[in-house]
Amino acid sequence: MEALKQELKENIIEQLNLEDMTAADISDDDMLFGDGLALDSIDALELIVMLDKNYGIKLTDPKEGRAIFESINTMAAYISEHRSK
Amino acid sequence: MNKVYINSISSISPQKTFDNSEFLNEVINHENQVVFAVEPIYKDYIPPAAARRMAKGIKMGVVASKMALKEAELEHVDAIITGTGMGCLRDSEKFLSAIIDNNEQFLTPTSFIQSTHNTVGGQIALELQCKGYNFTYVHGSNSFESALLDAKLQLELNEAQNILVGGVDELGDHTTKLQQLIHLIKNEAITTNTLLKSKTKGSMFGEGASFFVLSNKKQASTYAELVSVKMYNTLPLDEVSGLTTNFLKKNNLTIEDIDIVVLGNNGDIDFDGYFNQLTSTVFNNTQQVCYKHLCGEFNTASPFGIWIASKILKTQSLPDILKLNDKETGSFKNILLYNQYRGENHSFTLLKTC
Repeated sequence: MEALKQELKENIIEQLNLEDMTAADISDDDMLFGDGLALDSIDALELIVMLDKNYGIKLTDPKEGRAIFESINTMAAYISEHRSK
Repeated sequence: MNKVYINSISSISPQKTFDNSEFLNEVINHENQVVFAVEPIYKDYIPPAAARRMAKGIKMGVVASKMALKEAELEHVDAIITGTGMGCLRDSEKFLSAIIDNNEQFLTPTSFIQSTHNTVGGQIALELQCKGYNFTYVHGSNSFESALLDAKLQLELNEAQNILVGGVDELGDHTTKLQQLIHLIKNEAITTNTLLKSKTKGSMFGEGASFFVLSNKKQASTYAELVSVKMYNTLPLDEVSGLTTNFLKKNNLTIEDIDIVVLGNNGDIDFDGYFNQLTSTVFNNTQQVCYKHLCGEFNTASPFGIWIASKILKTQSLPDILKLNDKETGSFKNILLYNQYRGENHSFTLLKTC
């Protein structure tokens, strides 16, 4: 699980061009949207594509994404349970 | 009709031009087939949250526009008019590569959103919160001149008072490879100092962003008056001299009134003949200036020429690196710029000191 969290942080930084950040700057329970990393709706789309491409998870219900993308912890937990690759 | 003035200038180019207090004090002698822009520190101008989705061309355009506005002491303009030949090439390449690499699956939105030609104009408007006229011209090497003409007409008719006009293009890795394959870019590495004497096909390619505030009100920062802009899609080689004379005549000038002719020579043996036609005949006794050996060839290299001409008129100085010949000239009053690329998209631009 710790390796997955580290991988997620690195992928998020790369995919979302968070140029000034390193994986160490993101805590496992930091809010990804809103007050935390302040990601926006375009980032949400990027994360949905990332889940599909890297882990074989297709999100069809946008409401589902809100809970999954709350933090690195919630993302890692969901991926561990649902990944197909 | 109102007169039109260039009230501020800014340029990010393969030379260190973003510091407007200097005028080519230090020239970088590039040795390559492509030359990249010397970039300012973007964080000084664009918040990191906004910059993270911007490719190089967008950043160059946004920063150059902010520099131009600062020099004109303006926070808002009535219109933003941009010219670009290839648009946001890097994001276009990224998006198209992703389509191929991922078998048309997993396409992400950012590079697609940012890949359109009018992204630079849009981002500038967002930064300035400018809801006025916003237009992007895409017309090869006449992209910038089309923007310039649009701005000039609006200012002459008082439809706007201050307009931000600029040209921007960026190099993209894949496109560069294609341009090398078809010999638009030279096969051999060439230097800044030798490009203009080259006897081979193609040119050294470059990139950059140049922005100007045009106004129908003269002010302390004014560089020059924009007297006239004329464009042609195609021209036979033997008509260039005659059309130049006619262009000047329509502006009540003769060849002798032109103190400097600024030419877009790019070292391509196949097409520099258009410029040689002028330098060997009508402008044989005129001070000739070139600039593409400093910035490389790209669709919006010509605004770098306008930047240079504006600098010459305001500072009344002419750096040696720009001279194609050496004529004694006391002062600089009228400057004619002529550009074309591969025999197409010819432009004549006339600037006058004020």
